[in-house]
Amino acid sequence: MPEIILDDTAYASTTGETVLDTLTRNGATVPSSCRSGVCQTCLMRAVDGAVPPESQKGLKDTLRARGYFLACQCMPTEALRIERPGAEARRLAAKVHAITPLNREIVSVALECSDMGDYRAGQFINVFKDDSLSRSYSLASAPAIDPHLTLHVRKMENGRVSGWIHEALRVGDQVAISQPLGECFYVPSDPEQPLLLMGTGSGLAPLYGIIRDALRHGHRGPIHLYHGSGHKHGLYLIDELRALAREHANVQYHPCVSREEPSEDLRRGRVVDIALSDLTALAYWRVFLCGHPDMVQSAKKRLYLAGASLKNIYADAFIHSAA
Amino acid sequence: MTQALFQKIGGESAVNAAVDIFYRKVLADDRVNGFFDDVDMERQAAKQKAFLTMAFGGPNNYTGADMRRGHAHLVTRGLNDQHFDIIVEHLAATLKELNVAQDNIDQVATICESTRKDILGR
Repeated sequence: MPEIILDDTAYASTTGETVLDTLTRNGATVPSSCRSGVCQTCLMRAVDGAVPPESQKGLKDTLRARGYFLACQCMPTEALRIERPGAEARRLAAKVHAITPLNREIVSVALECSDMGDYRAGQFINVFKDDSLSRSYSLASAPAIDPHLTLHVRKMENGRVSGWIHEALRVGDQVAISQPLGECFYVPSDPEQPLLLMGTGSGLAPLYGIIRDALRHGHRGPIHLYHGSGHKHGLYLIDELRALAREHANVQYHPCVSREEPSEDLRRGRVVDIALSDLTALAYWRVFLCGHPDMVQSAKKRLYLAGASLKNIYADAFIHSAA
Repeated sequence: MTQALFQKIGGESAVNAAVDIFYRKVLADDRVNGFFDDVDMERQAAKQKAFLTMAFGGPNNYTGADMRRGHAHLVTRGLNDQHFDIIVEHLAATLKELNVAQDNIDQVATICESTRKDILGR
């Protein structure tokens, strides 16, 4: 089986194993998070040897040309000499500007990062707790509207990164983050197109950026935002979103609860069921989904069967890490 | 001659228009959707696109051996002639919706028919 050389140490790979598997199985420290080729945390560079094209999917041309690849997607077919990513794939330094509770389990984290450059509302960044541990968080902020990068971080049970953010991180701290990543954002191509935004829990984050970004671009078509949680205390930004719906005649906001009797204009049920009972003929709609991967997969399928076109459904396929 | 068919049907843009309609019909049909239960819809749609390109007489690298290998695991799960016929019917109905002429639809069905033995592993 092909040999992988990193830092002058040779690692023997076994059949069906990715470069990331080979390295971590042998105790090498390689940062990784989603393990499904989305978050790009496990980016590495091949100095000698060719990597399979599927391990370069989603990377910028400039990185591809220089031999960069994703270790979690790379089943090597020949011997490789590899190195850790260099300055062009660098991490950015950010400073914590504010940490604000949004509800019992979700905080908003505002970051200052002068090197961030352009980003699109709805993209995500990786936040590094240390050299080998990071998680992906969607941006809730929109450029030209919000002065800081904003994340909605839900405290996961035994979450090593979310627990650290909730319990240890303080205003003024420095954190390392990645460049903005992901394809789930608004493009002002058709201002009349109806938009469906659907999220559960802290999956509201990118939708909160996208809806305000679309309105800033003068989107005129109907915009329906469905935000769901089991209970009312799981919802957040309710007043802000109600205000947004009052200010813009084309915006409808539907807060939904699935595990309790609704009060105060909340709606009862799962977001997908409610949206599908409200909306018909989804053929020309553009859809943005964010939340638990099971919800995203099932919503994608049901909206498609209800007429939405696959190319009009946007979702970054996060895999939730167990801890 | 098959390239001519591909052009007559409308080439790649016809494939793009057909894949959404065709895959939706297949996924909604309980008689066959168990064979298409890949959770990754984009990957599954990409496979359907490759299939439609081939069925429309377009450029493809399929060999009979690929067809056999690619469907062997479905044959062990019970893929049979009836399922094959249902898929071809969904494809024909898709092309009708897209106003493709009947004689072109017949030619697509003939191309599909030529793969039956390999797909069913006979």
